[in-house]
Amino acid sequence: MQDDKLIIADKTYNSRLLVGTGKYKDMDETRDAIEASGAEIVTVAIRRTNIGQNPDEPNLLDVISPDKYTILPNTAGCYTAKDAVRTCQLARELLDGHDLVKLEVLGDQKTLYPNMVDTIEAAETLIKDGFKVMVYTSDDPIIAKRLEEMGCVAVMPLAGLIGSGLGICNPHNIRLIKENATVPILVDAGVGTASDAAIAMEIGCDAVLMNTAIAGAQKPVLMASAMKKAIEAGRESFLAGRMPKKAYASASSPIDGTFF
Amino acid sequence: MKIFLNGEAKEVVDSCSVLDLLTEMDIVGQRLAVEVNEEIVSKSRHADYSFGEGDKVEIVHAIGGG
Repeated sequence: MQDDKLIIADKTYNSRLLVGTGKYKDMDETRDAIEASGAEIVTVAIRRTNIGQNPDEPNLLDVISPDKYTILPNTAGCYTAKDAVRTCQLARELLDGHDLVKLEVLGDQKTLYPNMVDTIEAAETLIKDGFKVMVYTSDDPIIAKRLEEMGCVAVMPLAGLIGSGLGICNPHNIRLIKENATVPILVDAGVGTASDAAIAMEIGCDAVLMNTAIAGAQKPVLMASAMKKAIEAGRESFLAGRMPKKAYASASSPIDGTFF
Repeated sequence: MKIFLNGEAKEVVDSCSVLDLLTEMDIVGQRLAVEVNEEIVSKSRHADYSFGEGDKVEIVHAIGGG
């Protein structure tokens, strides 16, 4: 398993779990959960500084250091291509030229479903401007392929609505997307518990990105550890190749040599 | 002179630079990015870039997000 690495934009990672930093109780819990998850790529949001805030208050990037983690700024909260592009440009300035971004352009506050028209427009602009784009997308295999062909470095279909914890609602679509892809496919959104993460990996996904499944657990640090194991178990299970399903029983102990 | 800092009106002295503003806010050296009228003002220009009347200034940083 040591040779089984995740490669995104020519950089190699050991962990196939990517985590967000939102919704934690405080900076200590954020740090501890991310540590326990084993994640190497960590998403952050870009927002206005609070005017008049306590200057001694710890900054997220002091806790989640860019020296230790690959920081993945997102465009969460953006509903237009323009806002998403602007957010990525600010993120690149903030992170001293770091150009790996998670693009998401939302379409609707109730579902946070991606607006694919604006997502494609933003992706085009960002790629032309030198960004390496990991893109949040609907689970349409044709759109996913189009995003890959445009030059996105990873394609990240939702498996369920953001923050819903509904699990992998669309295993067949995720499988279709993965079958057609030559860039990493990550499930982004939907995972609620460890078995969901394992299912995503068993389908053959290259990695999973999650936030609320960990931060929203009763014990986030313990759930982070569970997710790490689930991702590893799911990946090994995928590589091992599962047994075929059968309609009837097949005894595990030999019939020969019975003495009764 | 009036500018709009992160959406709120603010009085600054004429010829106030980005660096002057960051100094006043006590956030020099922090990981942040500055935008004036939707154009990035890179770190190397903070000392030289002076605001104009009515400039819309955004100062952003990284926070928790998924």
